[in-house]
Amino acid sequence: MLNKLNLQEAREGLRLKKFTSRELVQACLDQITKLDDDIHAFLYINSNALEEADKANINLPLGGLPIAVKDNFLTMGMPTTAASKLLDGYMPMYDATVVKKLKEAGAIIIGKTNMDAWAHGSSTETSDFGPTKNPHDLTKLPGGSSGGSAAAVASDMCIAAIGSETAGSIRQPASWCGVTGFKPTYGSVSRYGVIAMASSTDSPGPITKNAEDAKIIYDVIKGQDKYDATTIGSWKLEAGNWKKLRIGLAKEYMLKEMRDDVKKLILDAAERLRGLGHEVIEISLLDPKYSIGVYTIVQRAEVSSNLARFDGIRYGKDRSNFGSEAKRRIMLGTYVLSSGYYDQYYNKAQKVRNLIIKDFESAFSKVDLIIGPTSPGAALPIGASLDQPMFGEMEDSLAEPSSIAGLTGISVPCGKIDNLPIGLQFIGPQKADDLVLFAAQEFQNI
Amino acid sequence: MDVKKIAKLANLTITNDEEEMLARQFEDTIMTIDVINELDTKNVDSIFQVTGLSNITREDVIDKDRIMNIGDYFRVKAIFNAE
Repeated sequence: MLNKLNLQEAREGLRLKKFTSRELVQACLDQITKLDDDIHAFLYINSNALEEADKANINLPLGGLPIAVKDNFLTMGMPTTAASKLLDGYMPMYDATVVKKLKEAGAIIIGKTNMDAWAHGSSTETSDFGPTKNPHDLTKLPGGSSGGSAAAVASDMCIAAIGSETAGSIRQPASWCGVTGFKPTYGSVSRYGVIAMASSTDSPGPITKNAEDAKIIYDVIKGQDKYDATTIGSWKLEAGNWKKLRIGLAKEYMLKEMRDDVKKLILDAAERLRGLGHEVIEISLLDPKYSIGVYTIVQRAEVSSNLARFDGIRYGKDRSNFGSEAKRRIMLGTYVLSSGYYDQYYNKAQKVRNLIIKDFESAFSKVDLIIGPTSPGAALPIGASLDQPMFGEMEDSLAEPSSIAGLTGISVPCGKIDNLPIGLQFIGPQKADDLVLFAAQEFQNI
Repeated sequence: MDVKKIAKLANLTITNDEEEMLARQFEDTIMTIDVINELDTKNVDSIFQVTGLSNITREDVIDKDRIMNIGDYFRVKAIFNAE
């Protein structure tokens, strides 16, 4: 049962010599053997994990702790496919900065997790290697694109996991799987060695059993990286009274198509935050439908250029191996960037993106944090995303605005409907990562 | 939208069935994204970098250890060190 421990408990147990890293890793491997034929959270298991555990230095911040990594992070010596057939068999020559930092902090990379192919989606159903199932109900989707990481944490197949978010890909699967998903400020965690999806919003981050664990991992993986020119250096967050925050509940995020019991869970959560001494007020933000438009255009455009490098010469197989979702996204991106449509779509979207940023700036002049539902509802059935080209955009509509503005956010469980978890998200201004983590942690500790 | 032409620009091969399906789906998607044209952006600049960074560059640094004494050659690290 050691696999059920959270990161802090596991770390303490190792340091007090209650058990060894080998025993901890073995417990996770046993859980994988027991459950993963059904859940399919992993694409690859590290066959050296136990030997690495024997050599682990448990005094390091993540010493001896088994951590799962999404399959779009390059891992030297472990295949990396971004769940795409095109990269099947690809063996990276170096580690992504995040992976390198995890290893330097003593973590054991226990395996690589399933995802939507190339991270294109919010279901993990578009993986070229078959879908991941939601551990709470195997007939349901785990969300995505970091669905494998969220499912692995939710089913205790690892102590914590790494995901990546372009717009919702950490928070939404965390919400659907009932775990904690933290999306750092854009640029605070290096993208070096992460298979690029939409470079202007891609943000690696942890998926964990609670917000305190997320902070421990974030502190390890963040920081400026000379290999990623968009990383931002360290900063000091302005001191404030974090025990008495002004929190905005975005009324536009309570979508009219949302079920009343989901809305009630969010309102109950607001009440609990008031109980902690915070002030929660209703605020107004731009309608998320504009973010869907901006995100769809910008993301497709960046996908079309990022995936142009997969021409069959430098990496993997040729372009006929792209699945239908990747083809659809590449082509729409090519279209919005083509002459004649560039101004109408791409350039217009980058202007509206600026409006969204200004809208958040104005909101954060009145409140410290914003809360709302992470996703419009609970996990949907397997098959729900098939032939729905805008599935991801609709399921991620409440994470997209903050993602395209480069903000930080976290999703934590706030209750269940029909026995499926619902997530509450906290959104903060850029660089308010520690505040967002603090508020989420305080909420979880009630 | 000329789906075949877009596929050619994107260096992708699509079947006739795919062409028909994609044309239909693109039409729906374009309708969804067209909402952004409701907003007035006359006095708004485009933004391409959200954290305010611009032109992050560094000076070239010559690694003297790599210069060889033979002509203009220099050493590079071995890249085929993994199996």
